[in-house]
This record gives sequence, structure tokens and C-alpha cells, in this order.
Amino acid sequence: MIELLAQTCLNAVYAASYISLVAVGLVLIFGVMGVINFAHGELFMAGAYAVVTFYADLHLPFLVAVALGLVFVGCLGLLMERALFRPLRDNPLGGLVASIGFLMILQALAVLGYGVRMEHIPPVTQEVIVFSDKVRLPLSRLFVIIAAVVLLGALWYFLKRTKFGWALRASAQDPEAAELQGISINQTARIAMFIGAGLAGIAGALTAPLVSVNPHMGHSVIVTAFIVIIVGGVGSLEGAVLASVVYAVVHTFVTTFYDGVIADIVGLSLMLLVLIVKPTGLFGSADRA
Amino acid sequence: MLKYLLWPIALVALLLLPHGLSFSQQEILVFLTINVLLVSTYRLLTLTGEWSLGHVVIMGVGAYASALYTKEFGLFVPVSMLLGGITAALIAILLSFPLFRMKGFYFLIGSFAAGEIIRLLWKRFREPFGGPKGIKGIDPMPDFSIGIYDFDFFEPISYYYFAGTIVILCLWVLWRIEKSPVGLTFHAVHWQDKLAEASGVNLRAYRTLAFAIASGFAGIGGALMAHYVGTINPNSFDVEVMVFVLTWAIVGGTGTFYGPILGCVLLTVLNEIVLREMGFEQLRPLIYGAILIASILFLPNGLESIVQRLTRKEAKS
Repeated sequence: MIELLAQTCLNAVYAASYISLVAVGLVLIFGVMGVINFAHGELFMAGAYAVVTFYADLHLPFLVAVALGLVFVGCLGLLMERALFRPLRDNPLGGLVASIGFLMILQALAVLGYGVRMEHIPPVTQEVIVFSDKVRLPLSRLFVIIAAVVLLGALWYFLKRTKFGWALRASAQDPEAAELQGISINQTARIAMFIGAGLAGIAGALTAPLVSVNPHMGHSVIVTAFIVIIVGGVGSLEGAVLASVVYAVVHTFVTTFYDGVIADIVGLSLMLLVLIVKPTGLFGSADRA
Repeated sequence: MLKYLLWPIALVALLLLPHGLSFSQQEILVFLTINVLLVSTYRLLTLTGEWSLGHVVIMGVGAYASALYTKEFGLFVPVSMLLGGITAALIAILLSFPLFRMKGFYFLIGSFAAGEIIRLLWKRFREPFGGPKGIKGIDPMPDFSIGIYDFDFFEPISYYYFAGTIVILCLWVLWRIEKSPVGLTFHAVHWQDKLAEASGVNLRAYRTLAFAIASGFAGIGGALMAHYVGTINPNSFDVEVMVFVLTWAIVGGTGTFYGPILGCVLLTVLNEIVLREMGFEQLRPLIYGAILIASILFLPNGLESIVQRLTRKEAKS
């Protein structure tokens, strides 16, 4: 029993790490642009397909493929910012609808380019860290966990300690006042979009060998990310990370002891409950909602 | 004069329409008829200012309910269709308690979550919902005759006439509701909610009413579909279908009664005639996505704004 619990905890840590990468990107985009990016799950999918292309098909080293995925998806983010979100800045629902359109385009392109079948990606490493008979952690999962910790740490440093980060947070708090301070809104929007999309892309790229890669994989990702950002409080980065951990623990345990569909229902109910009881989220402050 | 002739002409055109079409086009016409009802009910929902992402699932509630009533209790199909609509409305009222504590973006996400929960319940519980495979062999509408015309529901034409009659009836009711004081209050709830509340309008009650009416008629639409297709499963009502409805409403525009219908008809024609006949069926999501983006960027008020501009110009000259 203790072993089962330990194993489930390890699984939860792994799930929390990639979910938090996706959710933090979503929150960052919402904070700076005021747009909920429905296409975020498809950005995750695009990152996974970058690994399919560069690693599985072109046989580049895995880390190079992941880096290319990050850059590629980041550029997709820049494209979205310039083509969709900037012209629709005064129309919050418009940005959301446009991102739904973008989602369909990305999905269709993936179907056209790769077909609807599941992609096979050769595992990066078969090694497993064995703690005991029933408690084991595949090394590739450990990579994801380490990457998440490093990236989130770097993001935290960037936001709290660098000038760009200050500008970003300033325009998230009050775009008008930030502009009066000489901060370019377009510039910060570009940075936020690149980082936000890039995080989704790298999460997709890192987990690609571990999950089933197909054109419709974005759906469950975006549902999870929505749950996490609502529970954490829309606009709160720390909340998103904490909520990722909470959600991952709940979801992993329910999946282990009941089944996956029930776990999804529990997750969605958790989100509805938070929306009803405390719409600003468990960790959000009232003024940002 | 023209005004009085317009409706009979339109009616005759609708009656003659399927006769020039192939079998598969007639089938598409049936779906189009049902989708017109669906998108019109969606507009009623948007009247109060809320954009739901759960509307297609509510339609599915009507479909599942009606299918189960005929299967489990052997109800007469038209009766179970009506009950399906009522069930959808009741579920909507139930959902309104949590959902209408939210507004705007939160309502959008909340309705999405509620819809997904319902879909997952269908998926999870084999009894009575049939699990991921859904319900098969749903009773078709029994054939009947009205003297001048024999309804044989193996033929799509017959079902088109049957569904068309029901849809026109429903649209008429929706139109009457919108033009009634209740409908005007819906507008007030959207555009002047503070003023409406100060004038003694119970905002919550009116939003719930609009939600329930829209859901009820969407449920009837779902039941019409279930008894025509004969099989439904959780994926028949997934987010992709919802996105299509959203696209129809946005491309057509939601400011007028005819806007969403226009969007639905034009996009279906584009989809079936242009895409399917030319073999571009696979490109459908791509083209829908591009149209959605183009219309929100360049035509934020929808196709209806073009129609309004044209008719206004005519009136002037």
C-alpha cells in the first residue's frame, strides 16, 4: 500500500510538472493580453509534432529537437499575437473566438501533414530509476520534471528580477499606466506570447515520447489547463503552479483508485465548485479577476 | 403587396427544394433544417449576453432523453421528442443554478465544463447511456399518411417535410417570444442590466428563462436528429460541433433573427457543395477556422451587417 502511494505520488509529480508548464503559459498570455488562448492545447500538440519531425523522422538529437520545438511554437505564438490578438485587442471575446479558429487550422494542418494515426516515437532512454520493486521512475519522466523546475525557475527570475520582466508585469497590472511609463505594449505582448506559447511547445515536445501523439491530443490538454487556471485563479502564476500540483494529485489518485473518466469528471467538478464558491480561484486576488 | 406574396413563395420553394437534389443532398438538407433550429436557439441564448459552450451538449441531452424514452418505455416517437425537449429544458434549469453565478468569460468556461461533465457521464455509464459507443437502433419515426401525402420515413424527403414543419413551428414560437415583452426584457438584460435591475427586472430569472427556452428547443432539435440518424454517441455532441455552431452564429451575426440562419445555410452550402463535391472534405476544419478568423477580424457584425447595408441603400434610393 505504501509503495502504491509512493508510486502514485511520483506519477502526480510528473503530471504536475508538464501541466504547470502549459498552465503558466496560458496565464501569462491572459495576464498580458487579456485573452484566453483556446489554441493552447494545439500549441502543445505542435511542440509534440516538432519532436516527431526533428527527432523521429530527421534523427536529430532529442534535445535539439526539443529546442527547435520551443522556437517553432514560440514563433507560432508571435504569429498569433500579430495576426489575431493585436487587431482584436479591444474585443476580448473576439480574441478567444479567433484562437478557436486558429486551433482548428492547426489541427487540420496536423491531420494533413501526418494523418490521424498515432505517431510512434522511439524512446529517448529506456532507463528506469528503481526505488523498490513497485516504485520506479523512468528517466524520461525525470527529464520532464527537471525541465519544468528549471524553466519555471528561470521564468520566475525573469519576471521578478529583470527589467523586461518588470515591464511585463507592469503591463499585466495596468496597460495604460505601463504605456505612460514608456513601456511598449506591443513589445511586452510579443514577449509574453513567445514565452507562453514556447512553454506549451516545450511541454509538448518533452512529453511527446511518453504520450500518444495525434492531431487531437490538444483537447484534453486545454481542458486540464482550464481547470488548473480557474482553480488557481486566472492571472496568478503562483496559483497556476500550485493548482497544477493539486489537480495532478487529485487526478492521479482518482485514476489509480477508480478510473480515468471518473478522474476527469472529478477534475471538472472541482473547477465548477471553485467557479461557484470562489470565482477568483483558490490563490487569486480579487482585483485581477 | 410583395410582402404578402413573399411567404407563400418561400413556402413553395422550400417544398419543392428537395426534389431537384440527390439522395445524399436530401439527407444534408434534413441536417441543415435541424441545424437552423439549433443555431436559432443559440441566438436566443446570446440575447441575454451569455455565450455558452455547452449548447450542443444540451441538444444531446434532448437526443439521449428522447432515444431512451422510446427504448425503455416504448413511448410514441413524437411524444418522446417533446419530452426530450422538456428534459433538456429541465437540465438547463438545473445547470443554471451553478452557471448563472458566473458572467462573461467565467460563464463560457463554466458552461464548457458542465457540458464536458455531462458528456463524460454518457461515456462512463454504459447503463443506460451505452458508454462510448452510445445508443444504437433508436426507433425511427413511424410512417403515417395525411391524405395528400404519405410520410415514408425511409425517404429523407419525408423526414425533411416532417422536421421542416416542426422547425418552422419552433422558429415561429421563438420569433413570437423575442417580439413579446419577455423578449424585449432579454435585450434589456443584455444591454442595460443595471437599468433593468433597477426597474425591477429579476435578471437571474430572465437569464434562466432564456437558457431554459433555448435549451428546450435545442433538445427538440437533438431528438429530431436522434430519430433520423438512429444512432448517437458522446462524440456526436463534442466541442467540434459546438465550434461549428459558434462559427455559424458569428459568421451570420447575432444581431438579427435571420443572421445565424443565414450563416448556417451559407456555410453548409459551402461545405457540402463546394468542399464535398470537390473532394476537399478533409480541409473542412481548416476552412471553417479561416472563415471564423476572417469574419471576426473583418466582419465583426456578421453577414447580416451586409444585408442591412444593402436593404438600407435600397430604401433610400
